Amino acid sequence: MFSKAASRFGTPQILFGLAVGILVVFVAVPVLLIFFNALWVDGHFNVADVIKVLSEPDTYKALVNSLILASGVTITGTIVGTFFAWLVTRTDLPYKGAMKVLFLVPFMLPSFIGALAWKMLLSPRAGYINRFFMETLGFEEPIFNIYSYLGIIGVETMYLFPFVFIQVSGALERMDPTLEESARISGADLFTITRKITIPLVLPSILSGALLIMLYSMAHFGTVAVLGIEAGIYNIPTLIYERIHQSAGSFAAIRTGTVLSAVLVITAAFIIWLQNKVLARGRYQIIAGKSFRPAELKLRGLRIPLLVFCIAYIGFTIVLPTVTIFMVGGLNTYGLPFTLENMTLNNYRYILFEWDLTRDAIWNSVSLGAASALITMFAGVIISYVIVKMKVRGKGLLEFLGMLPFSVPGSVIALGVILAWSGKFGINIYNTVWIILVAYIARYMAFSLKANSAALEQVHDSLVEAARASGATMWQALRDIVIPLVRPGMVAAFFLIFLPALRELTVSVLLYGPTSRTIGVAIYTLNEDGETVYSAAMAGIALIIIVVAEVVVKRFFKVGK
Amino acid sequence: MSGIRIEGLSKSYGANQVLDGLDLTVAAGECFTLLGPSSCGKTVLMRLLAGFETPDAGRIVIDDTVVAAADVNVPTDRRGIGMVFQDYAVWPHMSVRDNVVYPLKLAGLPADERAERTQAVIELVGLSGLEQRMPSQLSGGQQQRVALARALVSNPALLLLDEPLNNLDANLREEMRFEIRELQQRLGITVIYVTHDQEIALAISDRLAVMDEKGHLRQIGAPNELFDHPTDAYIYRFLGVANFVPLRKVSSGWLLPDGTTAWVGQSPERHGEHLTAGFRPNDIVLSRDGEGLPGIVRRASFLGSQMDYLIDVGGVSLRASTDSRHALSDGQMFRDGEACRIRFHTVQWFDEVLPDGAVKGEFHV
Repeated sequence: MFSKAASRFGTPQILFGLAVGILVVFVAVPVLLIFFNALWVDGHFNVADVIKVLSEPDTYKALVNSLILASGVTITGTIVGTFFAWLVTRTDLPYKGAMKVLFLVPFMLPSFIGALAWKMLLSPRAGYINRFFMETLGFEEPIFNIYSYLGIIGVETMYLFPFVFIQVSGALERMDPTLEESARISGADLFTITRKITIPLVLPSILSGALLIMLYSMAHFGTVAVLGIEAGIYNIPTLIYERIHQSAGSFAAIRTGTVLSAVLVITAAFIIWLQNKVLARGRYQIIAGKSFRPAELKLRGLRIPLLVFCIAYIGFTIVLPTVTIFMVGGLNTYGLPFTLENMTLNNYRYILFEWDLTRDAIWNSVSLGAASALITMFAGVIISYVIVKMKVRGKGLLEFLGMLPFSVPGSVIALGVILAWSGKFGINIYNTVWIILVAYIARYMAFSLKANSAALEQVHDSLVEAARASGATMWQALRDIVIPLVRPGMVAAFFLIFLPALRELTVSVLLYGPTSRTIGVAIYTLNEDGETVYSAAMAGIALIIIVVAEVVVKRFFKVGK
Repeated sequence: MSGIRIEGLSKSYGANQVLDGLDLTVAAGECFTLLGPSSCGKTVLMRLLAGFETPDAGRIVIDDTVVAAADVNVPTDRRGIGMVFQDYAVWPHMSVRDNVVYPLKLAGLPADERAERTQAVIELVGLSGLEQRMPSQLSGGQQQRVALARALVSNPALLLLDEPLNNLDANLREEMRFEIRELQQRLGITVIYVTHDQEIALAISDRLAVMDEKGHLRQIGAPNELFDHPTDAYIYRFLGVANFVPLRKVSSGWLLPDGTTAWVGQSPERHGEHLTAGFRPNDIVLSRDGEGLPGIVRRASFLGSQMDYLIDVGGVSLRASTDSRHALSDGQMFRDGEACRIRFHTVQWFDEVLPDGAVKGEFHV
């Protein structure tokens, strides 16, 4: 855009340098340190040692567990998500609109709080449902043990199936109905159409949603930490946590952590690569006008039973755990039956007004969420602007760096910032909120880049050129034209970061110090310490904060999903 | 007031050499049009002038200031230009007044002078009363007027117009082109106008240049100069619907492509074995008999004030148009299949054999 000779250090170079700098410092350096520590032993490159670490029984088991859990969740989540998506878009199910909204609710609830609730309901000895069956109905054995692969897969499925649900219902809604109609005119019955036309057309969406579930499940900490550790089931993130926490940063622990992290990053990158491929191949079809209504399958006699099934599913997966959390939070002691004389508001009072850490935790979560959202929002605009709008040399490097945040899971980020910011390079912010902030910026950069580059694609180049021709410098054009026009994208980015940051656990659990607990950490540690009723009360309060924040944001800022 | 000098300007994108050593001088206060087919490099030239692109070689001088050369690159915002884009590029988040006042704000003018000049230029482009409107509440023509006002408000040394009328409907396009011409003459501003529409180019230019696909300027001159004395068939074709008849020399004179029909009428004052006669549809005079080339009316269309004919003559098809009223009153209204005689008001002679395939298409427009 500018001659190399005339302005080697003009505004474009500053913006480019800024963009590269942010990504390098916050994302690339931690990831590089992970790989460096994993591969570099005693001053030289050593792959044999990596294999040795990976073949230790514990690490090997964690790898296998991650694979089993992620595969299980992906399969069940995809089936559940696809089925409900089809039900609310292509059948005459009653109250479809309301159902569609309700199926998205699990997305805004933290899954580790759900896991806590299910632990209270279905742990083999103390779980309320198991006890009801054993004590009241006289069963010999608990009917279900939540501390198991099946239990973990089941709970994760409840919270991750919306990935597939959103993708598939979107595709089914946008699909050009003439594709199906023409098949019908050609004499195909509905079953044949579904098999030969509809499913092949939505397959890319199903696969892309399934890969998202896989990605999240692979890197998922909370549910496995709450339900798996009791039964000795570790996946990669929980083993990293275990090692780092128990050994207080010993060399062996760090090495195991970095090797596992490297595996996680490579797996995640592979899944994302696969997903991009699936999406690119799926792009040719479907999308047509949204104005048509596709043919709805008449459910006839199944209409009411399926509605009941949906309501039961929602009741079982959303209402029951939520009620459980609030009820247990109101018990005098965990394990007592839910009778009036056992109920109290003391736990809530204690958590809200007496326990010092609550105020800390809420303050930390809110301020960390707001600060990281604000910083990441502005950084995301600058980086997206350079990637989408500017013609500068070396943009390929930036595009590569820009992809990085998408494939770095939370526990990897956390370990990476420990390596980078605990004094080795002159700055030590370990055990302070700042290290969590740095990690959040890296963790949520992907969200900001996505929202901002989508908004920037909408701003035509000539709008900026018109400003330049009017006498605006590049900064002035950015300030007066680009920023105001992408403001909706920036607001979206802010809340896309702020809301998940409020309920964050994976990163902060690895990084918290005495004064830097987040809401998630506070709930998690209370539960770890056996303070079940307090952790339930805290979780109840957290749920209220999260839901209120979600509703307020959706209502007043109209941030889309 | 400013003149523009372009010297040896080159620009390529990868292996694609868009401009190759282009020279052009535009006088101060001139309305100059770059006319050419799409992707001929005229927009690249415009973007080089604006400073959105950097030349590979050559110099651009605006108003005696070198703005682009090997070691100089004045950024867009300091070139003192105004620009109007094909897609208007009116900022959607600003009102009409905010759009127009923006360049003055950047220039740091005092508020009262800003208001005064903004109001004056809004009146100039005929947008009075719409100052508070947002662009989404304006029609395409009104948006383009906002863009024009915004480009004019800071009295630029040079106004660049990049196909500004393309997205407007036919009536509005005609109206706006006269308005732009009138504004340009009233303000005495230097204008470079890029278009592929020869009607606009002929209507508003003091001078124009026709550019070919290779980025070369084929001919530069006043509209009537290019129209009456095109240097080659390319120019002739570009400036309007063109008929071309290739002629072959024999001892008795010139033959049409069928090899039997002899050319009648104005004789070419040229030598050589092959020639091409060029003429516009309205250069043709039709009659039922008398002198002229014998032809058969293939298709007769009544277009209101005009009659449009497709006529087979000596192995080629020609487009002819005549005034309907005269045709009616003189009994010269031809129907499909009727025989006719053809004479010409004027004929342009080209030394070339049929220039290229593209020109052939013009026979059947």
